[in-house]
Amino acid sequence: MCTMIATQVAIAGSGKASNGWFPLGQAYVSYDHPFDAALEHSLNIDFVNPALGSGARVAVELDVASARALVAKILSVLDQAEAGGYLGDDVTTARSPGSE
Amino acid sequence: MKYTTDQYKGMLAETISVPGHNGDLITAYSARPLGPGPFPGVVLVHHMPGWDDWYFEATRTFAEHGYAAIAPNLYHRDGHGVPEDVAVKVRASGGVSDDQVVGDVAGAARWLRASSNCTGKVGVFGTCSGGRHAVLSACRSRGFDALIDCWGGRVVMGPADLSPKQPVAPIDYIADLNCPILGIFGEEDKSPTPEHVAQLEAALSQHAKPHEFHMYPKAGHGFFYHNRPAYRQEQATDGWARVFDFLARTLGSTVTA
Repeated sequence: MCTMIATQVAIAGSGKASNGWFPLGQAYVSYDHPFDAALEHSLNIDFVNPALGSGARVAVELDVASARALVAKILSVLDQAEAGGYLGDDVTTARSPGSE
Repeated sequence: MKYTTDQYKGMLAETISVPGHNGDLITAYSARPLGPGPFPGVVLVHHMPGWDDWYFEATRTFAEHGYAAIAPNLYHRDGHGVPEDVAVKVRASGGVSDDQVVGDVAGAARWLRASSNCTGKVGVFGTCSGGRHAVLSACRSRGFDALIDCWGGRVVMGPADLSPKQPVAPIDYIADLNCPILGIFGEEDKSPTPEHVAQLEAALSQHAKPHEFHMYPKAGHGFFYHNRPAYRQEQATDGWARVFDFLARTLGSTVTA
């Protein structure tokens, strides 16, 4: 690791990889060398389910401006949903790893 | 001996297992020229993206140049999968510990030295985080005869950078280095910056350690990686030539390809 700037957070939801949907368990967030993006460093998010193996992964590598814009838009959408009274009834039902 | 087209060329390249840190059996990729040798040895310390195709190719490149080469899988304990997926898992966990890497690299070097194909002279090479780990290994393990640090970041670390897995900055071990070091760096790199490289060079000079540093203009981090936008053809070609010139002088060579 060159920057060692990495963290992880438990999440619930679903992610879609090349072989279909799978339940998510964690998101890894880092600022480090990308595998694919044409950047020296990128903001990397890996949506994973460790219980399903290292291949259960949806990855994005973003430049800094894109990452900041995405965060702002996510918060904006959540604020709008909250103002509309939509939040509070969306508790994710936990699923066992690998269930569809 | 300069290669001519009438010479036979061949190598054996395969996945093997070697005892690493704490005697754990880990996978490694080995490549050596065919023939009895003996050949000088090189341990390759892979970079953050993992035990991947670039490192397999680099291992074969060292064999092509007459070296018995081995690249231990430093992420072996983190499970198997596509190299990138395994590397992501390791990255999220804060990386592998310095102690474990030093143990794995020492194990690979022991395997080389015990081989009848190896002269017993062994160098260590690494890029990116592997450059940092190569520096650490050469300082903390006895018996390396050459060290090649290609743009190793975080060799110079501030107190805030230290962690339980990386408790000591490699530069703080420089007094213990007992082999020559070749450093390959790019002026546009952000880690290590030219200032970090100057600090390392100053520490080497302070402790009278033989060193040879090359700082390439118009090159950033990872400029040997021909599969990445960071690749810089002219600088990489010169850099590889300096690697093999350095190894011929420090380890000896049976081939100049």
